[in-house]
Amino acid sequence: MIRNTFGKKRYFSISKSAEAAGKKPDEIPRKIACPSCSSLIWETELVKNYRVCPKCTYHFPVGAWERLNLLVDPNSFAELDSDLYSCNFLDFPGYEEKLVAGEEKSGLREAIITGYASIAGYKVVLGIMEPSFMMASMGSVVGEKVSRAVEHAIKNRFPLIMCTASGGARMQEGMVGLMQMAKTSAVLSRFHRNSLLYISIFTHPTTGGVLASFASLADIIIAEPGALVGFTGPRVISQTIGQKLPENFQRSEFLLEHGMVDLVVQRSQLHSTIASLLRLHQGGNNG
Amino acid sequence: MVKRQFDYEKKYQELQEKVKELREMSKTFNIDLSGEIKSLEARMESLREEKYKNLSPWEKILLVRNPERPTSYDYIKFFCDEWIELHGDRLYGDDRAIIGGIGILEGQPLTIVGHQRGKDTKDNLLRNFGMPHPEGYRKVYRLLLQAEKFNRPVVTLVDTQGAYPGIGAEERGQAWSISQLLMTLAKIKVPVVSIVTGEGGSGGALALAVADRLLMLSNAVFSIASAEACASILWKDLQRVEEMAEAMKITAFDLHKLKIVDEIIEEPLGGAHKDFETTANNIKVSLKKALAELLSRDIDEILEERYNKFRNVGRFVENGSEKP
Repeated sequence: MIRNTFGKKRYFSISKSAEAAGKKPDEIPRKIACPSCSSLIWETELVKNYRVCPKCTYHFPVGAWERLNLLVDPNSFAELDSDLYSCNFLDFPGYEEKLVAGEEKSGLREAIITGYASIAGYKVVLGIMEPSFMMASMGSVVGEKVSRAVEHAIKNRFPLIMCTASGGARMQEGMVGLMQMAKTSAVLSRFHRNSLLYISIFTHPTTGGVLASFASLADIIIAEPGALVGFTGPRVISQTIGQKLPENFQRSEFLLEHGMVDLVVQRSQLHSTIASLLRLHQGGNNG
Repeated sequence: MVKRQFDYEKKYQELQEKVKELREMSKTFNIDLSGEIKSLEARMESLREEKYKNLSPWEKILLVRNPERPTSYDYIKFFCDEWIELHGDRLYGDDRAIIGGIGILEGQPLTIVGHQRGKDTKDNLLRNFGMPHPEGYRKVYRLLLQAEKFNRPVVTLVDTQGAYPGIGAEERGQAWSISQLLMTLAKIKVPVVSIVTGEGGSGGALALAVADRLLMLSNAVFSIASAEACASILWKDLQRVEEMAEAMKITAFDLHKLKIVDEIIEEPLGGAHKDFETTANNIKVSLKKALAELLSRDIDEILEERYNKFRNVGRFVENGSEKP
């Protein structure tokens, strides 16, 4: 259990003395080192500050449920399609083990949660991806949940909001996994035909097949500061071209500069920005 | 040690040389070996046939990477009585790794687009080894809208190891250009037929493979990522690439079974490059059949069918039972 805790929160360091006191790590007030500026921050302070370093505004990773609470009106979330599980239909070696480990690590059944919610009083359909579940890779379940979320939004004429994070399409599902890109794109073609609003929020890291399908097909694209966003991972690129990559390559700010996202928004401003966008779209269902 | 080259043909040629020697020997020494030689040759042929019927997924990957394998240009020239290539995305440049244009196949105008590998080193540098940049996908996007405007059916030829992983490609929005194509092909109001002729690698290949009918040459492969990438990412072991190629289910046969591919087009013995005419003709027959069938139907019905085909792809468990 202790090992799990450590594995889950990679960036967190716990002081030796607290560990020695024999208390559960969760109960001990602790300081966390910012991976960017190395300053030590009390965890409680960090949580209050949207898990953003108060010194350098480094954005720590946030779990899906915590992110949900940062984004939507209190008690407004009603989860959809929560009873979908992945299965190893290709008999791919080690897939079941990866699924179990992902479940344990994330506390989720799959790499995305979807549901109805309201933001500043506006009703929306929302999806949030969780990288600690198999790098939030997109297999059949993620593809299906995204597609159903889109369909729920069409049916109710609600705006769609997706917080994306992903390592790409799920290799363990082979071509069926890759085809989820086509599936989510096809469903979104119907969504857009209905003149509904789709906002996507790129969080760290949004890459590969998810970026090259539903994530980038939004009307308005917001990125969290410092998030890695790209089609091919930086390691593969630098190996292929045998070159050092430019500073900030594939980070949100780089994408803004190159015209690939509309806004880079601090986590503390995310809720008010989305609220404003919904207001500007008159709730997003007046097409 | 992982096999890096498909060397069966070389071995076969060596055996043929041996038989030739034997024949000459029998002539010089005046011994009648014709019976033995004949049975030897028959055995060689049946072994060769057996070999090609049972190629492993990895052997297929190596086979389709053969530089002699026909490319999109070769097929287009064979299919079309008339063909004009069109260039550029009107935004940035002309990506030579993807070609596109208008052709006429037995009286039927078509918009044809395809990945284009090079024929030799020089050509490959020009074509970036058939690995497109965003401008390539945006050229296709432009040609798709054009096809829709003039009500021309679309044919795509899929043959790439993947979209190019480079700085410029990322700067100019590789992912955006691919997603735009996926969505456009899903809704375009003309029939789309896609043929996987060589290696279909990941999203960069899928961008051209969203179609009403997906046809695939019998030795072609189509995978979520290259077997090499998967082996190194998932297993951290490039030596197990053959095993990975097997596990990923990438052959035409496997993908037909998974209902991703609609039809397998047989290649001649030894692969497409051994007999281009037969290969191209087999494709042409299947293509004509698919187009005729689609063109005889109402486009709204086709669009509905296409939508459902992609909407329903995927396998999962819901409420305790497996779907679909």
